[in-house]
Amino acid sequence: MTAAVVTAWRNLSVNNQLRKNKMALIGLAIILLLVIVAAIAPVFVPHHPYEQDLEKAFLPPSLEYPFGTDDFGRCIFSRIIFGTRISLAIGVVVTAISAVTGIILGMLAGFYSGIVDEVIMRIVDIFLAFPGLILALVIAGLLGPGMFNVLFALSLVGWMGYARVVRGVVMAEKEKNFVETARALGAGSLYIMYRHLLPNVLAPVIVMATLGIGQAILAAAGLSFLGLGAQPPVPVWGSMLNDGKMYLQTAPHLTIFPGLAIMITVLSFNFLGDGLRDLFDPRLREKTIE
Amino acid sequence: MLKYIIRRLAMLVIVVIGVTLVTFTMIHLAPGDPAELMAIARYGLENLSEEDIERIRVAEGLDAPIFIQYLRWLGHTVTGDLGRSLVTGDPVQEEILLKLPATFQLALAALVVSLLVAVPAGIISAVKQHSPLDYLTMTGALLGVSMPNFCLGLLLILFFAVKLGWFPVYGYGGLSHMILPAITLGTGMAAITTRLTRSSMLNVLRQDYITAARSKGLSEGQLIFSHALKNSFIPVITIVGLQIGHLLEGTVIVESIFAWPGLGKLLVDSIFARDFSMIQGCALLFAVLFVLINLLVDISYVYLDPQIRYEKES
Repeated sequence: MTAAVVTAWRNLSVNNQLRKNKMALIGLAIILLLVIVAAIAPVFVPHHPYEQDLEKAFLPPSLEYPFGTDDFGRCIFSRIIFGTRISLAIGVVVTAISAVTGIILGMLAGFYSGIVDEVIMRIVDIFLAFPGLILALVIAGLLGPGMFNVLFALSLVGWMGYARVVRGVVMAEKEKNFVETARALGAGSLYIMYRHLLPNVLAPVIVMATLGIGQAILAAAGLSFLGLGAQPPVPVWGSMLNDGKMYLQTAPHLTIFPGLAIMITVLSFNFLGDGLRDLFDPRLREKTIE
Repeated sequence: MLKYIIRRLAMLVIVVIGVTLVTFTMIHLAPGDPAELMAIARYGLENLSEEDIERIRVAEGLDAPIFIQYLRWLGHTVTGDLGRSLVTGDPVQEEILLKLPATFQLALAALVVSLLVAVPAGIISAVKQHSPLDYLTMTGALLGVSMPNFCLGLLLILFFAVKLGWFPVYGYGGLSHMILPAITLGTGMAAITTRLTRSSMLNVLRQDYITAARSKGLSEGQLIFSHALKNSFIPVITIVGLQIGHLLEGTVIVESIFAWPGLGKLLVDSIFARDFSMIQGCALLFAVLFVLINLLVDISYVYLDPQIRYEKES
């Protein structure tokens, strides 16, 4: 895997598809910046994200409050910075759970084929036949507001794509000579899956996961915009937007800055994902055009 | 073909069972007692008594094991009876049918808006490839794809309703109420369709028969409209078909922003009211619509492009 990343890095800097790669690099740079900001949030913010001061409510952006203050007089900049932690965490955790679930099920389906394949792929069909955001909304809604419920709901609707792609790759790879050789040398199925097949699915999975993090952040923001997800006063981008929408007329900065934060983050992951896709496997392009 | 449709309809049954099982399980796991909610709805919070709750629990069959409740509910659903709202006591199916037209209106308007923008934009972008207009369109498409619909909706309200006052901020009514929600819902789809129309058109314009037609002396306009357009449309229709399902999904958020009285808003409202039977009904309807739309789209391809038939039936 490290080798793949190193190669990808080298390609990234020398590849002549310059424009595309420039966008991928911009995406990567913004993501790194967001990670750093999230990591050092406590020393970075000018105010505590929960600190209220009703006398300072609805202040427009200023030097002291770069993005202004909200209806409780809290610093919007500080809240967005802390929100970065939550958004990135949700994106990464949801994607990790989805990807691992998808890899395991896809590998089982591709490797064993027959009845195992049939059962797993029918489950995939059922999940794909249902609008994911609505299922996530219903699940998170029924379980009640809360971060964990959103994580659970989004992971439950996000794994099918990985399962499909991994299954396809495994079905193609398992017929190849190196798998036959490994088997002839006495390797067990689990060993073959882990040692020989897993490395082959990593490239497409990394591409999907990069795009997936952006999608998960977007979906989580949508759910918290509707009022699910972490509850106040936890600073979540989606719910900050939701708070702001009541004051759209008088104080649009309550809405604009969290909205920009979501957009830039999602855009960065899309840029990076698109770039990685072109680097790792141009053939993937068509399949994941959305 | 018939076999394929029957198989897909069988799939619909499985999906419906899957969806209802999932929502039923979640409702069972969820905090909140349906019998208590019904008692509050009927007698008010101040008159709440244990006896009433227990009486309702027995009368509504809520004391039975979850599996029996599920089978009972499924039996009613087959006959078109989705139960009663835990909050208002009205039949769920009536409420849903009441809200459905507004959702269809919105989705249709969004579809029209997105096609009206995307198809011409994509064609122009392809014909004038590498022109400033092309870059402008592609940048717009990129923004459109990345912009979450709730951000876009709020921005549109801010500029066109609050600042300029051209449209009402929210609500349901005439055409003027529909424009902002339709743009909000249609933008994501428009962006994807523009990109696809462009790349599909570029692809077709590189084919030999286009060069041949051009060498016969056809004007660029004739070339594009009578030769290239038709052939570049199949992938576009595919994507549009796929997107219609997601358009339905988007109604949940867009209807909530604009207080549009459709199925999506009903679902969100029911979730916060913990109106379990209404949630169940809405989720079921969304699932059925989603599967049916995808089925219709798939069937229509087979007529549009005979090549697809082999893949799908195998």
